[in-house]
Amino acid sequence: MKRLALIAALLGATPLAAQTVAITNAKLVVGDGGGPVDGGTVVISGGRVTAAGRGVAVPGGARVIDAQGKWVSPGLVAGFTRLGIVEVDGVRETNDAGADKSDFSAALDVSLAVNPRETPIAINRAEGITRAVVAPDTGKTIFAGQGAVIDLGMDPNAVMRPRAFQFVEFGESAAATAGGSRPAAFAMFRNALQEARGYARNPGQAGGRITDGMLTKLDAAALVPMVEGRVPMLVHVERASDIVQVLDLVREFPSLKLVLVGASEAWMVAPQIAAARVPVLASALADLPASFEALAATQSNIGRLQAAGVTVGIGMINDDEARQARLIKQYAGNLVALTRVPGATGLDWGHAFATISSAPAAALGLDGEIGSLRPGRRADVVIWDGDPLEVSSAPVMVMIDGVEQSLVNRQTKLRDRYAVPQEGALPKAYER
Amino acid sequence: MKRVWMTACAALALSACAQTPPVRSLSAATPAKGNAKPTFDRDPYPSTYRRYPGVPTLVTNVTVYDGEGGRIDNGSVLFADGKVVEVGQTIAAPAGATVIDGRGKWVTPGVIDIHSHLGDYPSPSVQALSDGNEATGPVRAEVWAEHSVWPQDPGFSRALTNGGVTTLQILPGSANLFGGRGVTLKNVYARTAQGMKFPGAPYSLKMACGENPKRVYGSKGQLPQTRMGNMALDRQTWIDATEYKRKWDAYEKKVQDGAAKPADQPGRNLRNETLMGVLNGEITVQNHCYRADEMAQVIDMSKEFGYKVTAFHHAIEAYKIADLLKANGICAAVWADWYGFKMEGYDAVNENLPLLQKAGACAMIHSDDPNGIQRLNQEVAKTLADGRRMGIVIPDEVAWEWLSINPAKAMGIADRTGSLKPGKMADVVLWNGNPLSVYTRPEKVWIDGALMYDAMDPRRRPVSDFELGQPGEGDVK
Repeated sequence: MKRLALIAALLGATPLAAQTVAITNAKLVVGDGGGPVDGGTVVISGGRVTAAGRGVAVPGGARVIDAQGKWVSPGLVAGFTRLGIVEVDGVRETNDAGADKSDFSAALDVSLAVNPRETPIAINRAEGITRAVVAPDTGKTIFAGQGAVIDLGMDPNAVMRPRAFQFVEFGESAAATAGGSRPAAFAMFRNALQEARGYARNPGQAGGRITDGMLTKLDAAALVPMVEGRVPMLVHVERASDIVQVLDLVREFPSLKLVLVGASEAWMVAPQIAAARVPVLASALADLPASFEALAATQSNIGRLQAAGVTVGIGMINDDEARQARLIKQYAGNLVALTRVPGATGLDWGHAFATISSAPAAALGLDGEIGSLRPGRRADVVIWDGDPLEVSSAPVMVMIDGVEQSLVNRQTKLRDRYAVPQEGALPKAYER
Repeated sequence: MKRVWMTACAALALSACAQTPPVRSLSAATPAKGNAKPTFDRDPYPSTYRRYPGVPTLVTNVTVYDGEGGRIDNGSVLFADGKVVEVGQTIAAPAGATVIDGRGKWVTPGVIDIHSHLGDYPSPSVQALSDGNEATGPVRAEVWAEHSVWPQDPGFSRALTNGGVTTLQILPGSANLFGGRGVTLKNVYARTAQGMKFPGAPYSLKMACGENPKRVYGSKGQLPQTRMGNMALDRQTWIDATEYKRKWDAYEKKVQDGAAKPADQPGRNLRNETLMGVLNGEITVQNHCYRADEMAQVIDMSKEFGYKVTAFHHAIEAYKIADLLKANGICAAVWADWYGFKMEGYDAVNENLPLLQKAGACAMIHSDDPNGIQRLNQEVAKTLADGRRMGIVIPDEVAWEWLSINPAKAMGIADRTGSLKPGKMADVVLWNGNPLSVYTRPEKVWIDGALMYDAMDPRRRPVSDFELGQPGEGDVK
């Protein structure tokens, strides 16, 4: 309730979308790797950032929001999630992440399942997440399908970029899917790409399977943009030797635009990844040998990759990514904590913040649109009650495309209903 | 981890259901009063834990949270011979003591996690090491978690070095209504599970209500398939246990009266032995339960059969019945912000712990997770701040009770650990800053006064057998 009151005080009642707005007196984080600067100003017009920095003039006629010295940052970009496609993981009817009984795989377009009204969207929005990379999960093949980039706004149009990438599994899970071994996964991959190339040259009749091929025509067609490098190929891979094999695929298919996901052992081959200019959406705090493909997992993974010159953002895979994108702030803060642990490699604050803003945007080729407050970017802006990477902090205001967002959700309503657990004059069901 | 559990559980659901026959044994030993022979050994797998050598240590100039709500700024903590000696503003260093200037740092009691599966669901999480759910029957009170504990789980080291965890309770999983006995461990590697067992800690019984048991067995067409099935089988099990206890009580009385003949001894049944321990108040009840309405049903069931629920675990909806929990003296062990992974976790709020505290109920944080156990201090910081934003202002040092004395109480070890009171075990963490900040990590961890982790000394960083000779061996992790 306090949070809401503060927003009301800051903003009044008028929607912000079309206005020119200046947020002044901010502890300003641009999101491109630098630290915060005091006395910053952000100017927004037409849903875009037009200027941000210290000494930025407030345009005449702009509505001015005095941030009163609070932290102001770009909205956070969750680098790998299943947000918007799962309401309750364990309730099958509400879970559109994977389709393990479907005959289609690469063709599956996750943007068709995104529901802007699902509760995890509002819950994560209230914690400063404004954009998310949404990936499907694999079914019968190593190709999961076409992922999307979404915004977490209240409006009904969540999908910012449909079919933004293809998501592919390599490693242990792919070995199982492909028939039982890693070589089987690579064979499945090579065959699919060859069929996709053939399909691109000669699409033939619509529907069904490719003649003498294994792919459906829809799957082959969906792989064409990936093969031609028009969309990135996000690859979940953990083991160092698997990463090297995946990097090698680019020699055979030179137009592939690789992005690694998970990548627990990436630090062991960081120079190769840097040389290949392949970005990584890494699990930030995985430090257990949770599987035999992640024996060398360490929280220093991201720090070591960054030190080697790799563009690295935080992604969450097999980590409650359908609901808990909000944890990326805590994860990034922990990377800063590592700088004070002897023998560990962490990140300075600015680079840690970039792992949840500009770096994942850059990995998807969207850093011109989202992930920072540089001029021209979409006006996703958060005003915080403290350091955004600190676990005790929370947004006091969230804007997406220049539009102020509600921070109310099922959880805040339940909280308010049960602030006093006992029933009053009427049952709790009447209290809201 | 939840994902892994559900997968493991689904796989187990296909396996055959084995029936365990009652175990008969003539072996005798224990607790009879008077001069009669003890009836059977109540501690057949005794702790062999011994504290490691330590030196008298004085930490000065630190902020101290004593774990029972007390705080001393710029204070000192002295421990020696494995025990806390003194906590105060200034303490003179005894001769020969190691003195650590902790300026800018914090000292707290070690973190206690009441809900862990380390050792039973260890890393790597392969089927061959998956030993946490005896999902072959919904009533498996006869199994003991300690018989599954793999003391080489790499997770113990992470909980120590990143989480400052000094004591943890390992529970069976929640596939079953009666999951079996839990065991309390000191977080010190040993060659055997017995070598990690917390000396003298009471046993616990893991119970579960809700979705898991009914899903695991209902999917096989077995009881329970519904929540009413859960309760029916629970109640019948308690009826049987009560009858078992009646026979044993009668026998024990004969023994005390000196009238017992060897043939009078009732047959032993491992399942009922544990349940009888609960009915006798010797074994705590750690009950996995998410929904408020189900907790209320379980509370009535405990009254029906005359036992005490010690703590509801996970307790996503505890905030809805904080008053009921307080009135019944039952603790809630919860997460800060987990939600929505299954239907019974749908009504989570970030302020569960503060709301419980405000209502005067016993509350604590728990992990149920090999990653979460490394950051329980941060989990408390999150929910504490969320509580303050809704106007529930709880001081940091009081919130630390959720990490120390409250779990110690619910595990029956609060007389020995869980706070920095003189005479208690010197389970102590020196944090390199405010432990409720994301930027802070343990710098040193002592268990029973022995330095078991030192961030400044690579030789004070445990590396389990499993990690030897593997990529990343001895890395900071």
